[in-house]
Amino acid sequence: MQKLVLTEEQQMLKDAAQGLFSDQAPVSQLRKLRDEKDPLGYVPEFWNQAVELGLAGTLIPEAYGGSEFGHVGMGQVMEEGGRTLAASPLFASGVLGACALMLAGHGSQKDILKDIAAGTHLMALAIDETGRHQPARVATKAEAQGDGFVLNGNKTFVVDGHIANTLIVSARTSGGERDEQGITLFLVDANAEGVSVERTIFPDGRNYAKVELQNVAVGADAVLGPKDQGYESLQKVLDIGNAHLAAELLGLSSEAFERTVAYMKERKQFGVYISSFQALQHRAAHMWSELEQVKSMVLKALMALDASDDQASLLVSAAKAKASQVAELVTNEGVQLHGGMGMTDEFDIGLFMKRARPVQLLLGDFRYHADRVATLKGF
Amino acid sequence: MTDLDTFRQETRAWLEENCPQSMRSPFGSEKEVCWGGRNFKFYSEDQRLWLERMAEKGWTAPDWPTEYGGGGLSRAEHKILLEEMARIQARPPLNSFGIWMIGPAILKFGSEALKQQHLPPIVRGEIRWCQGYSEPGAGSDLAGLQTKAEDRGDHFIVNGQKIWTSYADRADWMFALVRTNPDVKKQEGISLVLFDMETPGVSTRPIKLISGESPFCETFLDDVRVEKDQVVGEVDKGWTIAKYLLTHERSMIGNMGSTAAGQKTLPQLAASAVGLQDGKLADTMLRAEVASWTIDSIGYELTAERARDEAKAGQGVGNVSAMLKYAGTELNKRRYELLVAAYGSEGLIWEGDSRPAGALPQQWLRTKGNSIEGGTSEVQLNIIAKNILGLG
Ligand SMILES: Cc1cc2nc3c(=O)[nH]c(=O)nc-3n(C[C@H](O)[C@H](O)[C@H](O)COP(=O)(O)OP(=O)(O)OC[C@H]3O[C@@H](n4cnc5c(N)ncnc54)[C@H](O)[C@@H]3O)c2cc1C
Repeated sequence: MQKLVLTEEQQMLKDAAQGLFSDQAPVSQLRKLRDEKDPLGYVPEFWNQAVELGLAGTLIPEAYGGSEFGHVGMGQVMEEGGRTLAASPLFASGVLGACALMLAGHGSQKDILKDIAAGTHLMALAIDETGRHQPARVATKAEAQGDGFVLNGNKTFVVDGHIANTLIVSARTSGGERDEQGITLFLVDANAEGVSVERTIFPDGRNYAKVELQNVAVGADAVLGPKDQGYESLQKVLDIGNAHLAAELLGLSSEAFERTVAYMKERKQFGVYISSFQALQHRAAHMWSELEQVKSMVLKALMALDASDDQASLLVSAAKAKASQVAELVTNEGVQLHGGMGMTDEFDIGLFMKRARPVQLLLGDFRYHADRVATLKGF
Repeated sequence: MTDLDTFRQETRAWLEENCPQSMRSPFGSEKEVCWGGRNFKFYSEDQRLWLERMAEKGWTAPDWPTEYGGGGLSRAEHKILLEEMARIQARPPLNSFGIWMIGPAILKFGSEALKQQHLPPIVRGEIRWCQGYSEPGAGSDLAGLQTKAEDRGDHFIVNGQKIWTSYADRADWMFALVRTNPDVKKQEGISLVLFDMETPGVSTRPIKLISGESPFCETFLDDVRVEKDQVVGEVDKGWTIAKYLLTHERSMIGNMGSTAAGQKTLPQLAASAVGLQDGKLADTMLRAEVASWTIDSIGYELTAERARDEAKAGQGVGNVSAMLKYAGTELNKRRYELLVAAYGSEGLIWEGDSRPAGALPQQWLRTKGNSIEGGTSEVQLNIIAKNILGLG
């Protein structure tokens, strides 16, 4: 059985990613993007550097210009990006977009992978229609017209929706509003007629969009994977996405925790460092213990994806659930243990909380995944 | 085929042939657990045979060196053995403080003579050990222990009182912490000594627990003679060994967080107690709590596995046993609270002809000790805070 430790190559990738994020995309960069209401929501120079390092193609096969480094590798990148709250199209394009195409794409559709690896083509996954993640609840309709289809409907919480070149849209080709059967995935040009994208602002200063599809005509070649059976490949993409979000949560929680512990060692009250108060020591020790569980679960989930383990869905949902729960704990405690300082915008600790919540919710929060764990376990 | 595949095949065949049928199911009650020792009464011939056969191969202590009777297995082989035992639901042949606690300490710190004397009988389940650490005045502050050992040339004379000594009334030998030097810093004057419970001056008195059982005792030591060659490691240097032993004890207690092979899982038990509706536990709030517990138990299992893998790769932080003990015991307590909730009033029937949940009330109460024995949860958090996080 595979050991729960990183290989030397994976550790090297982690170190390289850590170097890149801390030098080129520190927390101050996100702050600047937010304050300036940057229209792109990321810094192109940084993205180019990430691409040059090969990060965009981490999961993409070599034949398409990627490095095929696997999920454990990409997970390390996501974790390190989580530490500096780095904003980039990496997740939407390099993880969700790339994997959807790899899993469901046919010949010419897969050619987009080359441009994703080169960082020049951006993707976004437009699936949710309500505030809480329900991937089978698809009211968006795709009606056959001539050789192709006409799409109508609304999507929300679309990561990087307003900068994407291509949207992957789930739409109903048959069945009722909550049926898993009858969902088809489509590749939709973001600039096609009838597509309107509205950027929404979130507490984390990152990119999410509402997408409206009004009589959007697409050809038969826009169908990604089998018609009516899109839910199955979508589930696989969501498993992958959730494992990498869990990795990001691990990174941001670890960073928030370490900053909190450091603050406890420098802040004095009653003539002593607040780190000498046992009430606070125990809370920190509990958080550390919880983070250790998350670390093991994230690593195992990523390994299970690489190995196409039949337990992968269970392990991913368990990891995302726990990572969400612990991110909530650690970011809340982080603010509390910083006292008034924690409530100021000037201090970074609050930024970790503001990033954590959308990541927790994205593709299913603790409750969604705990429910899925129960279902997969048969109870 | 790799060597490990061969090992697996051979192990499977051996177990198939040697594990008695009645030893292939979870323990039905405490009396079915084999603790060994001079006075142990086997409850069945199969139980005796199973111990004998496993001990013969050294598989009661699979990773100990063969020269002391152990199995000499590598970590990978050891894992395979456990997997193969789990496959047929084979019971552990022997529960033993010797194997879990004092054995590893003797192996690491003991003289060659001590190893020869004590390890083989432990492997064979002939000698049962108890742990004389805690005293009335020294629990969490273990280093504050007062039991004193006076130097009489070739031996010590020991006087004092131990408490919470698990199975002292059934044990053959004790490993005890005693103060050999009262004039130095408290951690520096402690020694770890071994003596036979039949030595004159040793007496025990059982203490009844909230579960109604009496698994532990007060132990009185009055002018007990302990030979000097029964000191593990050096005189006055026992504290380091005591702590090493505690890390073994903690990993063992923390393991209670795991569901043992063959044991029904919490979701399975909850489903049998409250039933399923449309494939889901009929009580939705309970289902949510059981799901949350399941997630944490997956996390705990993986973390224990990662800790072992990291230790082997020479990575990771020390003191992880404190975290595993804390997480594992809190998890086990939660499991039993949820079981009691799942069975409802049926689960609290203490005595009577019909007990749908068996000894659940007693087991539930016993788990409350998990976060106390071997160092309390608060003490584990102190260790994490100080030794790992550097908070002070
Ligand atoms: C089932 C069971 C089996 C046992 N078996 C054995 C055995 O075989 N051999 C043996 O030697 N001992 C045994 N023990 C004893 C066990 O090791 C002690 O009970 C334990 O170390 C706690 O000591 P105490 O009972 O004196 O509690 P105390 O130390 O008095 O603790 C009381 C409370 O104060 C808290 N506390 C104490 N110090 C601190 C601190 N510094 N910071 C924060 N909180 C603190 C504790 O966490 C606890 O909640 C057993 C105990 C149990 C319950």
